Amino acid sequence: MVRPVYSEPGDRIESTRPVTVSRYRGFIRANHWVTALSLILLLLSGLAFFHPSLYFLTGLFGGGQTARWLHPIIGVVLFVSFMVMFIQLWRLNLPTPDDKAWLNQIGDVVKGNEENLPELGKYNAGQKFIFWGMTLLIVVLIVSGIMIWEQFFGELVSIPTRRWAVLTHALAAVAIILVFILHVYAAFWTRGTLRAMTRGTVTGGWAYRHHRKWLRELAGRRQNGPAE
Amino acid sequence: MSETAPQPKTAASNPPVQPIASNLLPSDVVRISATKDVPQPDRQLTKVAKLIDVSKCIGCKACQSACIEWNDTKPEVETNVGVYENPHDLTPNMFTLMRFTEWVNPETDNLEWLIRKDGCMHCEDPGCLKACPAPGAIVQYSNGIVDFIHENCIGCGYCVTGCPFDIPRISKVDHKSYKCTLCSDRVAVGQGPACAKACPTQAIVFGTKEDMIAHANERVEDLKSRGYENAGIYDPAGVGGTHVFYVLHHADKPSIYEKLPDDPRISPVVEGWKGVTKTAGLAVMGVAAVGAAIHGIFARANKVDEHEEKEAEKLVSSGGSDDRGAV
Ligand code: HEM
Ligand code: SF4
Ligand code: SF4
Ligand code: SF4
Repeated sequence: MVRPVYSEPGDRIESTRPVTVSRYRGFIRANHWVTALSLILLLLSGLAFFHPSLYFLTGLFGGGQTARWLHPIIGVVLFVSFMVMFIQLWRLNLPTPDDKAWLNQIGDVVKGNEENLPELGKYNAGQKFIFWGMTLLIVVLIVSGIMIWEQFFGELVSIPTRRWAVLTHALAAVAIILVFILHVYAAFWTRGTLRAMTRGTVTGGWAYRHHRKWLRELAGRRQNGPAE
Repeated sequence: MSETAPQPKTAASNPPVQPIASNLLPSDVVRISATKDVPQPDRQLTKVAKLIDVSKCIGCKACQSACIEWNDTKPEVETNVGVYENPHDLTPNMFTLMRFTEWVNPETDNLEWLIRKDGCMHCEDPGCLKACPAPGAIVQYSNGIVDFIHENCIGCGYCVTGCPFDIPRISKVDHKSYKCTLCSDRVAVGQGPACAKACPTQAIVFGTKEDMIAHANERVEDLKSRGYENAGIYDPAGVGGTHVFYVLHHADKPSIYEKLPDDPRISPVVEGWKGVTKTAGLAVMGVAAVGAAIHGIFARANKVDEHEEKEAEKLVSSGGSDDRGAV
């Protein structure tokens, strides 16, 4: 069997009238929500240490000591679950020539004039940016986070290194929060996207509008016999 | 409780027998970690200081014992590995430590045994307090004492990151940070620090900062008259001066005294982390979050229309080819 170019082997057209397309299966959705929940908990606990005006957020975790203890542990959960997701998603997030055309017409993207944009595979350049941005920042956060993890790694790095690590961690945290806001915003603004992560399917129209090459490939695969 | 304690001017006096009320009050605090706009006290306590005259120290560690005794800490018994330091480093249970250096003076070719009492310097500009994220975990009193308030400490270790002298230590037992208190609980009742009181050679003395500077100057004069021409005071200006300070016989090279920093200051990395990173970071995150929310509510959403659903059906039933051709 030839590996599909624009889709995952498991992606398929579930029904034809109306068209619904399976985009994510159960495991990856469950794992995505583990990642999402950990990121939110990390953001809330981390921000509590970040600025005195947000210190009250430690109350959500049962106080400063527990928030301090929990934050890096959730960080490890985030890292593991994201790495699993990374293995599943990286291939279709590699850049393609279409991404350049898409980025050149970013004005049409923002205005929602999708008819002017090139046909795309499973991910557009914005989604790929979020994917690679998250990847890079999570790696930076886990590395710098371990260097400042007093409870278990207090002796790991020298104090001058630790100063750079905590600064890096704080800057990377701000950056990942911005990427996270963009991610959530885009998922809401592009109506019909959220169900990909709740029910696992999207409508044919959604796939046709935003990821036509992906849909086209799935349709072709369906006609030439099931890929399974 | 009849009387309030006087401000102590020496460590030598003995305590009165009758109970006296504390004279180092929560209202005497001038800085509090992670707290802006601390109400300034109506009274200013006399600035105090502990002077450590390195040239007089005989390395007996009576101060270490007195500190353990007074603070009721129980440093672990360690193995002798052939060095004089005991324990090997400051710990959550050992707030002060004699550090020993065998230094060959290149000018005289003499071996000099340098002994420095290490511990919190009680900086006028304390890096630990600036770095601490927990409101009220570190305070500075108007007499200059920097004190850790353990019930507010969360054990994050940021004070370790912030301190230019590598002083605070986080306990593995209760996950709170510990260091020398300058015996704030003794000073509060008119007594000087336990270590100063125990010192048999008066290498450690305590009093008002003014008196201690005057005394230190006399000591420097004396050392100079005896051939230590670089003798001087170590009261580093980079941290605004300190309330524990040294007389050094080689004040031109502090780092020979077991890495005493030559020119300590709060690291610019720490200043940048706690300064512009926080204000700018909070601002961009706030703008992004509010902007996204407002835009999400008011902007035209990117919606799929009926026509596109129909086109999808056509595309799927044609097996992926349409007017634009197959993939
Ligand atoms: C990936 C693994 C991560 C690890 C191991 C980790 C570890 C840590 C540690 C040890 C601290 C110091 C406080 C404490 O001891 O609890 C900290 C602070 C912080 N973390 Fe993380 N973290 C991770 C991920 C994240 C993520 C994803 C975010 C953002 C969403 C984040 C945001 C923050 C923030 C804002 C601070 C406060 C920094 C400051 O005080 O300036 N962390 N982290
Ligand atoms: S020496 Fe370190 S712990 Fe002591 S006051 Fe200065 S910064 Fe804080
Ligand atoms: S360990 Fe305690 S005292 Fe040190 S910075 Fe953290 S909360 Fe403050
Ligand atoms: S001032 Fe008190 S706490 Fe500090 S070293 Fe001396 S005895 Fe110990």
